[in-house]
Amino acid sequence: MIDFSQDYFALFGLPPRYRFDPQALELAYHTLQRAVHPDRHASGDDAERRLALQSSARVNEAYQALKDPVVRAQYLLSLRGIDALAETDTALPMEFLQRELERREAMAEAQARGDPGGLEALLQQVRADAAALQAALADRLDGETWNAAREAVRELRFLTKVAADLEAAIAEGEG
Amino acid sequence: MALLQIAEPDAAPAQRAQRLAVGIDLGTTNSLVATVRRGIPVVLPDAEGRPLLPSIVHFGAHGVEVGYAARDALVADPQNTIVSVKRLMGRGLADLSDARRFPYRFIDSPGMVRIETRAGVRTPVEVSSEILESLRVRAEASLGGALAGAVVTVPAYFDDAQRQATKDAARLAGLNVLRLLNEPTAAAIAYGLDNESEGIYAVYDLGGGTFDLSLLKLSRGVFEVLATAGDTALGGDDFDHRIYCWALEAARIGPVSPSDTRLLLIKAREAKESLTTHASTPLFATLSTGERIDLMLSAETSTTITATLVGKTLLPVRKALRDAKLAPQDIDGVVMVGGATRMPQIQKAVAGFFGAPPLNNLDPDQVVALGAAIQANVLAGNRATDEDWLLLDVIPLSLGLETMGGLTEKIVPRNATVPITRAQEFTTFKDGQTAMAIQVVQGERERVADCRSLARFELRGIPPMVAGAARIRVTFQIDADGLLSVSAREQTTGIEAAVTVKPSYGLADTDIARMLEDSQAHAADDMEARARTEAQVEAERILAATKSALDADGDLLDARQKAAIDAAMTTVRERLAGADRHALQAAVVALNRATEQFATQRMDRSVAGALAGRSVDVLARD
Repeated sequence: MIDFSQDYFALFGLPPRYRFDPQALELAYHTLQRAVHPDRHASGDDAERRLALQSSARVNEAYQALKDPVVRAQYLLSLRGIDALAETDTALPMEFLQRELERREAMAEAQARGDPGGLEALLQQVRADAAALQAALADRLDGETWNAAREAVRELRFLTKVAADLEAAIAEGEG
Repeated sequence: MALLQIAEPDAAPAQRAQRLAVGIDLGTTNSLVATVRRGIPVVLPDAEGRPLLPSIVHFGAHGVEVGYAARDALVADPQNTIVSVKRLMGRGLADLSDARRFPYRFIDSPGMVRIETRAGVRTPVEVSSEILESLRVRAEASLGGALAGAVVTVPAYFDDAQRQATKDAARLAGLNVLRLLNEPTAAAIAYGLDNESEGIYAVYDLGGGTFDLSLLKLSRGVFEVLATAGDTALGGDDFDHRIYCWALEAARIGPVSPSDTRLLLIKAREAKESLTTHASTPLFATLSTGERIDLMLSAETSTTITATLVGKTLLPVRKALRDAKLAPQDIDGVVMVGGATRMPQIQKAVAGFFGAPPLNNLDPDQVVALGAAIQANVLAGNRATDEDWLLLDVIPLSLGLETMGGLTEKIVPRNATVPITRAQEFTTFKDGQTAMAIQVVQGERERVADCRSLARFELRGIPPMVAGAARIRVTFQIDADGLLSVSAREQTTGIEAAVTVKPSYGLADTDIARMLEDSQAHAADDMEARARTEAQVEAERILAATKSALDADGDLLDARQKAAIDAAMTTVRERLAGADRHALQAAVVALNRATEQFATQRMDRSVAGALAGRSVDVLARD
């Protein structure tokens, strides 16, 4: 049904680049799922149904990976044998860490005084920073400056986690 | 001009028969069954033309009743009349914050709560299967054949245990489950295909006992669920309960008996429904104690006392929007599903939140069953060439593993599109270790204790190696029903480790197998016993009726007639004691025949009696 040895980009017939057309990805995703989804093979025999399940899960996995800005970057690096998030190499620039430490403190304070507006403002800031970082990352990846890209991936992942924590804090405040 | 085609005699028709498939909405309050007939989805009504089946099961003295018949027993026999069983599916007693609201004798047991009834101890799975069985019988009678399969709907926010319990109930009812389908998604199919819509839609589904909010993107025939959120213990029932509490307070009445609770809840529901079209409604009841409740409930009061509940539905709405990274103004339309969305305060709150009036084009009680029928038709292989739509649904809750220190590590995030396969590698902790235990949890919290334990499974048969050398790859698979399965393999040796999944909630496969055996073995016996009871009741009724007729009008009979009726009655009495139901039924038929002439004579006499005393001219003038 589908070739499981293909990389995610090849699976969707897309060039292996960071910047890409999300509409083209979605269209390719829908086209593939129309062919392999278990609902399309519900009246088949056991083997056909098992294969549909595996293929459809693989297409979902590939789609999720390419849609996510951090995972897509990591994946592009991994295709070149670079592990962006290796545990032996977790260094982040001092200045970045300093800023994030302050942000953490601001978040804790806003939470302590029950200030959803403050948390919301922090979230907007983090999202803006992440968007800027993502643009820089795109330049580095598509310009094939791998080491600089690796650092940006780590920072972006960090910011994603901060944003997720802020969202959770806001949600908790809402009850 | 077309030539008539004449088939060879006895040749099989070339056209493949439609496979009979149905969609079932197993609701908290009402359940429905629907099918696609000549391309159009339709709800299948019962013999009396009623589309809904109240989701009520009565374990009565003479057997099990389901639906309207069971509803009639609600007030008289509350402990044996099970309502809202959906709220108990896949739930332990500790999960039921509102357990005291139910008048049942609960038995806590590992996995799922059980209920002590007149017919014995029953699991919620068995009670639900009675409802499903009733719908299966209705569908088979209506469609004239055995069903090839069914799509059964579940609230989108149901977790693995609740889904598994629903699937088990369907199997127990003799249904081949083609798919478990999320209720809001089913509604979106019925709605979207009907309107050929494109864009982002919110489905606000407030049922009898559950609330779901799903966000879907409809484009080029693909229904893609972006996010779903909900509350599996929030629904129309809670609004009834709020009105019930208000009524007790307003009438200054203390705690009441289970029967009176049922009576008042029925009155509360009627009041709630009346407020859909009226500005105020009376709430009147006489309790078994003789106390009277005589109140007026205004729409305004109703809105005030239920404001918290309405607000509670908006929390999942916000959460789903956040997860999908959307704002209320990004939504192209809000589809209202579930009878409870008829409440004006709900309509108003939703319109206010989204800044646009919600869509109510399709019957909110039927839309889920209709969507399920469309999906069932396609899955059974009856897809028409122009039906090229596809459904992409998600899991509602994150899936994680227990790690050191009782923390969870997420392996699948919520709102991930199904089916999903995730592999995770584990290693051994000690030299020569051949087994390990892994705990899978579902939920969003950091600590294992705050999540719902899905399964605890053991890996056995790991080849003995030094600590840390084994590489055990565990694969978690979530299928299109949203159900989890687990497999494992040691990577360096390729040895398949045996996985035994012990569900922490829900029933083990062996339990289901036993129930299936029990129900099949006993089904024939049960039916026979029930038929015999019915025949006996009928025989006694006829004997009593004949006796009173003889007492009143026996003088109409000549000796030969009298002897024939007496003989027929004697035969019925003799056979009433025996075990042969068919012989008894034959005797009843014979007695009925023997009294036919007598009945005509009695009718003539009573007509003559009614006319007696009136003069001929009076009759002529009339």
